[in-house]
Amino acid sequence: MADVGAIEVLVDGRPRPVRPGSTLADLVAELGLAPQAMATAVNGAFVARGQRGDCVLKAGDAVLLFQPIVGG
Amino acid sequence: MTTMNTSTNTNAHTDTDTTASPPSPRTTADDDWRVGDVTLHSRFLLGTAGYPSPQVLRDAIVAAGTQVVTVGLKRTLAAAGDNGYLAVIREALVEVGARLLPNTAGCRSAREAVQLAHMARELYDTPWLKLEVVGDEHTLQPDMLELLTAADQLSRDGFVVFPYCTDDLVGCRRLLDAGCPLLMPWGAPIGSGQGLLNPFALRTLRERLPDATLIIDAGIGAPSHAAFALELGYDAVLLNSAVAHAGDPVAMARAFRQAIEAGRLARRAGVIATQDFAVASTPVGGEPLLLGGAP
Repeated sequence: MADVGAIEVLVDGRPRPVRPGSTLADLVAELGLAPQAMATAVNGAFVARGQRGDCVLKAGDAVLLFQPIVGG
Repeated sequence: MTTMNTSTNTNAHTDTDTTASPPSPRTTADDDWRVGDVTLHSRFLLGTAGYPSPQVLRDAIVAAGTQVVTVGLKRTLAAAGDNGYLAVIREALVEVGARLLPNTAGCRSAREAVQLAHMARELYDTPWLKLEVVGDEHTLQPDMLELLTAADQLSRDGFVVFPYCTDDLVGCRRLLDAGCPLLMPWGAPIGSGQGLLNPFALRTLRERLPDATLIIDAGIGAPSHAAFALELGYDAVLLNSAVAHAGDPVAMARAFRQAIEAGRLARRAGVIATQDFAVASTPVGGEPLLLGGAP
C-alpha cells in the first residue's frame, strides 16, 4: 500500500494509506469487511451505507467503523 | 402511552368461590402496555452484556420472558470478535418474539449520541433507541442537558427515544415535551445494584406524570428492587448486571420475572397505605379480652 501519491487517513485511530480518490466504500472493501456488518462515520459524522460510494476520502480524514455488540 | 390502571383488580377472586383457581401471577392480556404502536406484555427489559457464555445469555433471555433486549455498538477494528453473542441474541429474539433496543453507551455529548444513534438504526434496523449521554465518569449519571438536546433532535429524526435519565422531575417533563414516548429514570448508578436510592423522587415522578410510561433503568440488584419499582407504579424495569453477574443468571432471570409480575400484580391489587401506628388486624373488638387490662 506504499503507493506513490497515496494519501493517509485514520481508521479507528490508526494511520492507513489509501489511493487518492478512494471512497469510503472502497476503504471498507479493502479492509475485507462486509458492508452491511458495520456502520461508518467520517470526522465524527455518520455516513449511511448508501452514501459511502459518494464519500471521497481526503488526507487526514478520521474514519470510524462500528459493529453490533452486546449491551446494557 | 400506557394507561396507569392502578385501582382495578381484574384478577381478584371472591372468598365465596373456593373452587376458583387463584389468579395467575402472570401478567394478563388486559394488562399490556405500549410503546408507540407496539404492544408489550412483559415488563422486563433485559440487557445482554457480561454473561458468562452465549448459551447462558440465550437461556436467560428465554427465562426472563422479555420482549425487549438491549444491545450496543463498538468500534470494529479495535475489537475482537463477539464470540457468537449477537448470533445467539438474534436466534433468541426469533424464539421469544422480542425486539432489539440499541443503546448509545459511551456517549458524552449530544452530538456524539446523535451520530451513534443513526449508526445503530442502520445496523439494527430499528428506530428504537436507548439514549444514553453520561455526564459524570464516577457515577455515570446522565447529563440531562445533553440528553435533552439529543432527544429533541432524534425525535425529529424519527427515532423512538428511550432516554436513560435522572429522576429530576422538570428535566423529565422536558424530555416528554421533546417527543420521548417514555422515560427511563435511574434507580441507582449503573451496575451498582443498590436498588431504588430515592423512592421519594421516583414516587413524585409517578404522581406528577401519571400518564407517562416510566421504566426504572439501572441500579437494580435484587428481584425485590424490581418488585418495589412495579409496586410504586412504574411500568417496567430494565436491568442487566443483576442477572448477568448472578451466580446462576438463568435462575436469576426467572426470579426477576416473577418479582416483576408480583410487583405489577400488587400495584394493581392496591398496596395498603403505611401508617405510623399499629392497626390491629384481628377483629376482637375494642374491649380487653379477659382480665380488663390488669397486668
